[in-house]
Amino acid sequence: MSQLHYALFTGCTAKQSTPELLSSTLAVAEKLGIKITILEEASCCGASHLQDFDEFLAHVLNARNICYAEKLGLTMITICNTCQLNSQMTKHALDTNPELKARVNEKLAEVGLEYKGTSQIKHFLYTLIDEYGLENIKEKVTVPLSHLNIAPFYGCHNIRPSELHAASNNHENPYNPTSLDSLIDALEGKPVNYESKNKCCGFHVELQANHASEVLSGNALLDAMDNNADLMVTPCPLCHLKMDTYQPSISKVMGRDVKLPVLHMPQMVALALGCTEKEIGLDFHVQKAKHLYSA
Amino acid sequence: MIHTEEEVIQEAKRLDKEEHATDFDHPVKVALKTFRFNAETDYLPYYKTYEMEVTKDELVLDLLNRIKWEHDGSFSYRRSCRHGICGACAIKVNGKAVLACKENAQGLVKIFGNELVIEPQSQKRAIKDMIIDKGDFWQKHADVKPFVVADVDPHPTEETRISPERNEQFLESDYCIQCGACHYSCPALEVNEDYLGPAALVAAYRFSIDPRDSATEDRLELTSQLGIGVWDCVKCNECVEACPKELNPLEKITKLHNMQFEQGIAKRNVATKHAEGFVRSIKKYGYLDEADIVVYSEGYLGMHKHVSTAVKMMKAGKIHWHSGIPFIDSVPKIKNLDEVQKLIEISMTHKL
Repeated sequence: MSQLHYALFTGCTAKQSTPELLSSTLAVAEKLGIKITILEEASCCGASHLQDFDEFLAHVLNARNICYAEKLGLTMITICNTCQLNSQMTKHALDTNPELKARVNEKLAEVGLEYKGTSQIKHFLYTLIDEYGLENIKEKVTVPLSHLNIAPFYGCHNIRPSELHAASNNHENPYNPTSLDSLIDALEGKPVNYESKNKCCGFHVELQANHASEVLSGNALLDAMDNNADLMVTPCPLCHLKMDTYQPSISKVMGRDVKLPVLHMPQMVALALGCTEKEIGLDFHVQKAKHLYSA
Repeated sequence: MIHTEEEVIQEAKRLDKEEHATDFDHPVKVALKTFRFNAETDYLPYYKTYEMEVTKDELVLDLLNRIKWEHDGSFSYRRSCRHGICGACAIKVNGKAVLACKENAQGLVKIFGNELVIEPQSQKRAIKDMIIDKGDFWQKHADVKPFVVADVDPHPTEETRISPERNEQFLESDYCIQCGACHYSCPALEVNEDYLGPAALVAAYRFSIDPRDSATEDRLELTSQLGIGVWDCVKCNECVEACPKELNPLEKITKLHNMQFEQGIAKRNVATKHAEGFVRSIKKYGYLDEADIVVYSEGYLGMHKHVSTAVKMMKAGKIHWHSGIPFIDSVPKIKNLDEVQKLIEISMTHKL
């Protein structure tokens, strides 16, 4: 296999409240021999909120991000579901609407850029599975996760709308997603089967509809716990923020003790590949997760 | 180039085979685990399993008919047009919203395996088997004034013309068949009964974009209210996935958000500040300043709600200051930030 090389769009969260996401992603890539070029020029994707204020501006900023991956001639990979959705939405809008593409490019020209539509956008989860390959990952496992019941939490923005994502997520079915389960399998962990795995965590209404947000997260966390999960794993740092940092307040709303470590997808892979404790970064969790590192 | 008739037939066969490459070429045995309930006689719902061979052309509606005709005549469901236009036969199969008359049964077997769980759109609203009380749906629909409000000239001398451009702006929202698939797939509605939900919001958009209408402001006022309107959408895209007419309700919800800002109806509150606060942050750093967006949206007085979470995050090392000085620049800056600042300046379609 020739060396895989990607342009990494880190998103804001990996640069701030979840540094463990960035360090574990880079550690996994290094272990697997995947070359990563970080797009340090990339700005916020708008996180599905900027477009509520100004949809056109959101397209311009996302198109600018993609331009930098295009300049490198690389696939842009994301480590956040919402970055993936927003970038992909802009790509789809521009690739299918020449008039909009022209309007966006008119703005980009002012800063010497042009959106062409030549780079694919793919979440790291799907590059690992579809391009690196589960069989190849299996060979690299040094610390099998066979002692762990792992609840996969897919996060909305990687699987819905399915038509938009089909080309980049290998036609994952949003009603019965399997990618994260198969990755857990490859690392020899035991995937937990529970109904909430493809449901919403409520992150995006955290401020204005706090109760709804807490109940949605609570339902999913308790569903995983009731199905004997030792931990939850998610490819989305926004799901992670909601489900990891808010467990004490979620417990109050749900009237039950909610305690479950929540890992980022690359952290789980990093554990199985024997990356260092520092790289995996379990220190940065609000819900204690350090016991999961057993070296 | 294809020349002979033989080659044409071969090519057609090949294409047909390609198109149906994943079809089963034989009937498959399916167990229909079916929700049964009669509100008049049953204390609790129960499931009954019906087994049948399903051929490749059968729709879910055919299976419902077979349950009724071949197994139990008391089995109840709504059906009418059989053409995907009346919306009556909407149910859920393994949690997926479907129009029974449009959904191929073997297609579902491919997704979920040989056990199909047949359920009404909303179990807590079940009256009899698949039949639910859709009262909440219709009430919310009525709330958004789902009609053109206009002074109609009783003796018009010419038709009302709608340009092709304006027609495009409807984004096919007028194709909604009110089946409720999106409404009963919406998790925000599930946990907040006051929320209008995707179907009512699509209707609000459809009539607000209509050039003949004069109640747009009322609808935008209503749908901008916290607790019931667009700001309570959780952005999960379940409605986009559920809609059998592929109308993308979330796209219309986004348009309503935009219209509220464009027409000056958005009031300054935690949700609107959160949306426009992104611009402020991106201008400064390129990234979103996660701490600032919370403080800016809530205001200093609103921050008491977040103190305990902030302390926990700080303890875990999740909040740190890029500058090394507490409360100054918690965020790094992106490279070529000036480009982003310029793009914001020249691309914003309306003011903050």
